[in-house]
Amino acid sequence: MKKNLIEVKNLEKYFETSAGLFSRKKSTIKAVDGISFEIPFGESLGLVGQSGCGKTTTARALCLLDEKTSGEINFYNTDTKNMESIDNLNEEEMKSFRRNIQMIFQDPYESLNPRWNIKDIILEPLNIHNIGSLSEREDAVVEILKTVGLTPPENYLPRYPHELSGGQRQRVSIARTLIMKPKFVVCDEPTSMLDVSIRISIMDLMLNLAKDLEVSYLYITHDLAVARYMCNRIAVMFNGKIVEIAETEELLKNPIHPYTKRLISSIPVPDPTYERVVYDIDFTELDNIISKDTENIGMVDIGNEHFVATHDVKGIL
Amino acid sequence: MQENILEVNNLNMHYETLGGEVAAVKDITFHVKKGESFGLVGESGCGKTSVAMSLVQLQADNAKISSGSIKLDGQELIGLSENELRSVRWDGISIVFQGAMNAWNPVIKIGEQIREAIREHYPNNSKLQNIEKIKELFEMVGLDESIIDRFPHELSGGMKQRAVIALALSCNPKLVIADEPTTALDVVIQDQILNEIKKVQDLLGLSLIYISHDIAVIAEMTERMAVMYAGRIVESGPTKNIFSDPKHAYTRALLESTPSVVGEKVKLNSLDGEPPSLIDAEIGCSFSPRCSKPTENCKSGKSEMGLIEVANGHFADKCCVECG
Repeated sequence: MKKNLIEVKNLEKYFETSAGLFSRKKSTIKAVDGISFEIPFGESLGLVGQSGCGKTTTARALCLLDEKTSGEINFYNTDTKNMESIDNLNEEEMKSFRRNIQMIFQDPYESLNPRWNIKDIILEPLNIHNIGSLSEREDAVVEILKTVGLTPPENYLPRYPHELSGGQRQRVSIARTLIMKPKFVVCDEPTSMLDVSIRISIMDLMLNLAKDLEVSYLYITHDLAVARYMCNRIAVMFNGKIVEIAETEELLKNPIHPYTKRLISSIPVPDPTYERVVYDIDFTELDNIISKDTENIGMVDIGNEHFVATHDVKGIL
Repeated sequence: MQENILEVNNLNMHYETLGGEVAAVKDITFHVKKGESFGLVGESGCGKTSVAMSLVQLQADNAKISSGSIKLDGQELIGLSENELRSVRWDGISIVFQGAMNAWNPVIKIGEQIREAIREHYPNNSKLQNIEKIKELFEMVGLDESIIDRFPHELSGGMKQRAVIALALSCNPKLVIADEPTTALDVVIQDQILNEIKKVQDLLGLSLIYISHDIAVIAEMTERMAVMYAGRIVESGPTKNIFSDPKHAYTRALLESTPSVVGEKVKLNSLDGEPPSLIDAEIGCSFSPRCSKPTENCKSGKSEMGLIEVANGHFADKCCVECG
């Protein structure tokens, strides 16, 4: 039996919007609408879907950057060896939870403070959480720079972000994240801004670190080919809901939900002789079917831990 | 024998900066046949966009084309006056710029902005004729007529990009350059735009230069392609041949680093290091510092760069072909 690191149950995040400055009409946008998943120790889950489907909102709710509307997030507490709901944490426990869950952002050009040098950027989380003495902290920074492949570290410590290339900056982001020795890292498209040639080295670095440091990722991307490389399981999200979740190769070989089929068929294949057949569906139709389902849609297991949403999609098949 | 719509020979372009001359385009030679789509692939900063800008001569003020020739349908473009160039741009070569969907003027309706371009080149057309033309273009790229009266902020990213393509087609150009037209879009929208471009190309028999960093997109969109590295074309030829039998180490590295959703899961290889600075003088093969197995010859800088023909219409850089 695999032990779960994190369990998410019926997570919801709604945003209220008003139609205009003076309008009293309020409407609710259901950015994340009742999603559930779990991530076992040492495994990575890919969260895949189009822009605006709620991937990043899910990530921010998980990292407590935004307060969730409802739902449960349970995290394995290494001290008590139990799953604990994050709603019941006191201040002290909350701090330790935050240490264990970190995030890597999409844009390495905007997520690093341009006025700080690399040493200060990586040192900051240690200072905030007051870990170790000053010299221990500095040693930790040097050590982590070596881990992420920025060697020799002395060359990088005094530099500023603008002096580094995109790939190097993303390595700094990863170093800043991993210096806290988190168990769980949420990655929001960390390679989408990088060049193809550099992308693989960052992805390989993350995979190796996951193995060495026993980190689990929630890897957010819109590119299934990237998710395939990075993740053990993939969850496909559409309009705030997870429509299909399965082990990576199983999902790609045997997609059930029409949206999953559409996503897979829209990835260009690096082979000019390959004839890609696009599985076309009507998104408005699909949206209607899913949003009409006012009760939370359930997921059904079709074998091999392959779960598909149970709403009726026969109309668009 | 298909006629060439565009012939570029030994084109050199550099930027004059405070740090020195940045040689962005070095000795580029390629041609595009009528009705063909030609791909240009390479990583950021390799000079793809500089080539595109040189073709329409819209490069930045500090850029100088030092030598070479660009012939569009037999007409030499280098040395034309600004006025003559104005008639070539859009009429002869139109370009879909990178991130062009964010370049719409936010306070002018989409239709009006396209009409402006048509008016410039066909001053005798009536307003009604122009609007008919725009409706025709919109139908081609899959946009509703009503978009003509919309402002840019009312459209989604995909719709704006479609409108940019309509704008590029508005003056019946002989050649369209698409510079990373789908880079900021997500996969499903990218797929729709790619299909739209293919459809339009078939319909109009358009000649197309497709620029992208994504080799998978190039594989789908083009018949012939060129791989650029550090300002040079290091390999060019029919897309199928380059994918099945890549000759240059850089092309191989690009192919090995691209993940795919079909076929067996393979271990991808990363390409470490960074492209060389284009300010420094080139010594020997510019790819040798990143090459997986450079010979003594490559490293010492004795090898010369330059394309040689390895198969019918398939060219690759001398240095790499000799290494094998």
